[in-house]
Amino acid sequence: MKRPLTDALIITRRQLLLLRRVPEVLIFSTIQPVMFVLLFRYVFGGSITAGMPGGYVQFLMPGIFVQTVAFTLAGTASGVAEDMTKGLIDRYRSLPIARSALVFGKTLGDSTLNIVVLMTMGAAGYIVGWRPTSGLAKVLLAFLFLLAFGYSLSWIGIFIGLIAKDVRTVQNMSFLVTFPLTFLSNAFAPTTGMPRALQYFAEWNPVSTMVAATRELFGLKNSFGVTAGSFPSQHPLTMSFIYMIAIVMFFVPISVNKYKNVAKR
Amino acid sequence: MKSVVAEQLVKTYKSGNVRALDGLSLDVEEGTVLSVLGPNGAGKTTVVRILATLLAPDSGSATVGGIDVVRSPEKVREIIGLSGQYAALDEVLTGWDNLVMFGRLYHLSKKQAELRATELLERFSLTDSARRSIKTYSGGMRRRLDLAASLIVRPKVLFLDEPTTGLDPRGRQEMWGVIEELVTDGVTLLLTTQYLDEADQLADDIIVVDHGKVIARGTSDALKKQIGGEQLHVVVEQSNIAATMEIVAKVSQANVLLDEGLRRISAPVTTGSSALIDVLRLLDGVGIHPLDIALQRPSLDDVFMSLTGHAAEESVAAAEGKKMGKRSRK
Ligand SMILES: Nc1ncnc2c1ncn2[C@@H]1O[C@H](COP(=O)(O)OP(=O)(O)OP(=O)(O)O)[C@@H](O)[C@H]1O
Ligand SMILES: [Mg+2]
Repeated sequence: MKRPLTDALIITRRQLLLLRRVPEVLIFSTIQPVMFVLLFRYVFGGSITAGMPGGYVQFLMPGIFVQTVAFTLAGTASGVAEDMTKGLIDRYRSLPIARSALVFGKTLGDSTLNIVVLMTMGAAGYIVGWRPTSGLAKVLLAFLFLLAFGYSLSWIGIFIGLIAKDVRTVQNMSFLVTFPLTFLSNAFAPTTGMPRALQYFAEWNPVSTMVAATRELFGLKNSFGVTAGSFPSQHPLTMSFIYMIAIVMFFVPISVNKYKNVAKR
Repeated sequence: MKSVVAEQLVKTYKSGNVRALDGLSLDVEEGTVLSVLGPNGAGKTTVVRILATLLAPDSGSATVGGIDVVRSPEKVREIIGLSGQYAALDEVLTGWDNLVMFGRLYHLSKKQAELRATELLERFSLTDSARRSIKTYSGGMRRRLDLAASLIVRPKVLFLDEPTTGLDPRGRQEMWGVIEELVTDGVTLLLTTQYLDEADQLADDIIVVDHGKVIARGTSDALKKQIGGEQLHVVVEQSNIAATMEIVAKVSQANVLLDEGLRRISAPVTTGSSALIDVLRLLDGVGIHPLDIALQRPSLDDVFMSLTGHAAEESVAAAEGKKMGKRSRK
């Protein structure tokens, strides 16, 4: 009688319905990244630009795409935490549905939100001069790749939402995960200017490999410092793929398991 | 046939080291109503959560509709409805959204789910607020919608955890009406309550629970009988309390209770007015003149009082604080 996929899709629909009922969520999740685009393009862009083909905006956009997708982890996490604390979880758990449906449905719903956000950002980027040179197919592939990365990260969000005691803690924990990852990376400036030790961290950082991979897919060449020649710098796409699979393989089972036990605490 | 059977349930919460259930057993005959009556912290929610497969007992066993709740929780979930102590609804969505979504999760088609939502909203007088977000609902409306959500697939067995707590008198009356209708339709119902009149009004059978144990069970009438026919109340001066208690105990041959604030001594008596006369004569013999003396037909409050050694209303007040604490966790 179980239909895990249909059940998950119903939960996904609910996530989308939430966006319709509270349009602010959608507006704020798109405004923030668009502001980042404008901020970096016009405020910092002038000083970081040095010698980049097509200008800083070409370099910046992949970084901001990845950062945005990474930040949605916090939204997933607080959504889960809210459901856990409001007693709503008891309702779900007393329904004859697969226990994994709720969490799977949520990750899918948040990915759908990411589609809208990425499209808006792409448009904003285009307006301020972002022009990928690799052709439509590769650009679409890059976006798919970004969505996949967002999807894998949303499982970390689910896990944080399940283990945190309240929504405030969730925000702090999500911040602790996403902030160092996005800023100790090549997202906004080449890593070549960093201290040596940081360069190693930055090059192996999944955010960096993702940014490097999307840059390549958008037709941009990456530059590397001390780590030039390392595996992630040579094969950012493969490396990112490995990271995504590792994240999913690690966090899906522990999150589903945690979810099953959560009301027993 | 028994629709719900629980045997020797034990549950200890690790955090806090509370033995919430301490060998609790109960059963509900098909098509009847069992009320689990108890003060805050008695273990009511815990037993409901175990029966509704939300919580596993440490030991003991339970079946619902003949199905083991620990071994086949999925099968149990298909025949039960649960309306927990706190409304379990999606606050952001509208009443309509909630019912349709839960209907879909109960595997109804889109059409069926919408039809059922319309029916239920109508039945619970929520049609006018169907398109409003739950955030704008009053406590009573939430409660009704929550109950509606647990009725989507016409459950065979329904669990209601304190369905009228927090409702105003009118809301309670309405809820009672709805519950009585459900029972007429043949659902088997287990409901928990802190209100004695509620148990009296709705239930065929009552179990009184305190500290995770059943301390009495029976019909409302049987429980009244169990503590004797009538209650004798004597109010005396502070200095005479001890002597009076002794005398009352001698006449009543049962548990004597003292309400210190009111300086009121109470005990069940079986011999009616002759007990009253006996007490008066004995008191007169030692020179005690009661300020007030009365014989009262027992209420369920008295039942509770004599069984738990504390008044139900009192513990309700005391626990309001605790409940607020619980809520603030949200
Ligand atoms: N998750 C929990 N962790 C630790 N202790 C708990 C937990 N839930 C309940 N308890 C404790 O177990 C006991 C029984 O709780 P339960 O919620 O079953 O009582 P109740 O009869 O439903 O009370 P109320 O009328 O306040 O709803 C109480 O002492 C309570 O403090
Ligand atoms: Mg309770």
